Amino acid sequence: MLKISKSNLNALYAKINETMGLFIPIKKAGEVNYAVWGEGKEVSLETLKTVKSPKNMFFPQTENMMKFKTEGKNIEIIDVRDEKRPFVLFGVKACDYKAIEVLDKVFLADPVDTYYKARRDATTIVTLACSKPEESCFCKVFDIDATGAYGDVTVWMDEENLYWQANTEKGEALTATVRELFAEGGEAEVAAQQSATKAIIDQLPFSNLDLSKFKPENLNELFDAAEWEEMSEACLGCGTCTFVCPTCQCFDIRDFKTHEGVIRYRCWDSCMYSDFTLMAHGNSRTTQMQRFRQRFMHKIVYYPSQNDGLYSCVGCGRCVNKCPQNLNIVKVIKKLGGKAND
Amino acid sequence: MIEETLIPKIGVVTDIRKDTPDVKTFRVVGTDGKKLFKHMPGQCAMVSIPGVGECMFSITSSPTNEEYMEFSIKKCGCVTEVIHALEVGQQITVRGPYGKNFPVEEDFKGKDLLFIAGGIGLAPLRSVINYVRHYRSNYGKVVIVYGARSKDDLVDIDEIQNEWVNEPNTDVYLTIDRPQEGWDGHVGFVPSYVKELGLDPNMTAVLCGPPIMIKFTLQGLLELGFDKSRIFTTLELRMKCGVGKCGRCNVGDKFVCKDGPVFRMTELDELPDEY
Repeated sequence: MLKISKSNLNALYAKINETMGLFIPIKKAGEVNYAVWGEGKEVSLETLKTVKSPKNMFFPQTENMMKFKTEGKNIEIIDVRDEKRPFVLFGVKACDYKAIEVLDKVFLADPVDTYYKARRDATTIVTLACSKPEESCFCKVFDIDATGAYGDVTVWMDEENLYWQANTEKGEALTATVRELFAEGGEAEVAAQQSATKAIIDQLPFSNLDLSKFKPENLNELFDAAEWEEMSEACLGCGTCTFVCPTCQCFDIRDFKTHEGVIRYRCWDSCMYSDFTLMAHGNSRTTQMQRFRQRFMHKIVYYPSQNDGLYSCVGCGRCVNKCPQNLNIVKVIKKLGGKAND
Repeated sequence: MIEETLIPKIGVVTDIRKDTPDVKTFRVVGTDGKKLFKHMPGQCAMVSIPGVGECMFSITSSPTNEEYMEFSIKKCGCVTEVIHALEVGQQITVRGPYGKNFPVEEDFKGKDLLFIAGGIGLAPLRSVINYVRHYRSNYGKVVIVYGARSKDDLVDIDEIQNEWVNEPNTDVYLTIDRPQEGWDGHVGFVPSYVKELGLDPNMTAVLCGPPIMIKFTLQGLLELGFDKSRIFTTLELRMKCGVGKCGRCNVGDKFVCKDGPVFRMTELDELPDEY
């Protein structure tokens, strides 16, 4: 394990930035989100939850896919992608890292989504272990260790230092470029912090939700549960939950006419929206209850059924914090998950 | 080169046939004059007019046609309206093929086949029917029941009346919803016609048409003694990617674009009723 004084972090960022791009939580207009690092930017590694998850590093909120030029009856397709510069995604929490693995199973499954893969391949992920989880966090429910070593490199931070450990070949390569800034040591400090953090996690109000009911064999029973009506009654269909969610991956593909031709772009979409499933001949989900149910059933029943039991929720708690109507997946798990959740 | 699933190929419309007042069939080839890609009966493709939109359509022509693909498209929305206004020679974009096909090789071989279609529902079935005709000796008796609102709404009537009815060991039954001048055939809805015909319940049935027709025809077939595991149909939900990633056509733990559009009735029974 390696360590570096927190007072020297700017030198670390600058060093990384010499060879690769650096995306890191940066405070801007009162909000902290992943953004490109540069001198003078206000880095905020202390922020537990960025407003948006890092998913938009690989699956941007909007991205141009191709351009069409038409002349008479002819069409020309122009690939608008440029080569992806390698970059480091720094400060990813364990929950958000596991969310990237959830997205990988969608976008890297055959046939591979080459737009996503190009960004994924270009990235070295440095995870940052949590030391101050808060009460909306429930990653433990999904067997995620908020203090654990995930990604290519994991860093732990205490009051004095940042501790660094490479986990993969990519991580070793990154380490080699910044090694001169580090000293050896930190094992004892990290171990002490890990046990202190785990003690906090054990006390969090949602750490012991029981998921045993959410199994593929209960799909139809859960789908038909009478409780959906009541649970979804207050839902506005605003889609905030889907936009802040690190695992929500539904998208739209649309065309935009410009003076230089047609741009086809992809953008985030939400199963909470009424036109998500609207076709010329009708709509398979006409009520907000159906749309609400779809989102949660997908996260804790459909997705696991397709992916060897892996849940498509990582317990980051963003939806718990952000839903204007105070609806969230925790309430759904408690309501439908049986007695163990009372 | 990596196969780019979301980047389409350029297709050229080489022929447009007006089948009914609101259905046209478009013949499409690549810019090199050859067929764009291979497919199997029941599979679909994303067809797009840049600047207007991209939609999923079943490939109407049989895979055994090695020269071109055909799409029978009903005018019913903003993209299909523009498609209907296309002229021969116009380029469009096409990507695919997507989805699971009818099990013509694995399951249908050697079986007696019953095809039941309503309206534009003939589009995906035409691909299977012509595939079966091409390899006729591999299959048993073929019965086709096809209905539409009026005689003018029967898609591909020329091929049906000039070719299908003359096939050996093949029965074709046509029906229209209401009596019409110049029509001396059967009048009535497809579901009741199917029951009247007293069909052999040991046949493998393939249904395609509007949801209401499927629902009542299915009931009829079950009453006649057909086994649900021997009935196939197709689902249609909104799609954007075609490869199980955009999330739109999700029903239960299935994606219609990838796990369908062809489903066995016993598979549909296991899915939540949301399609």
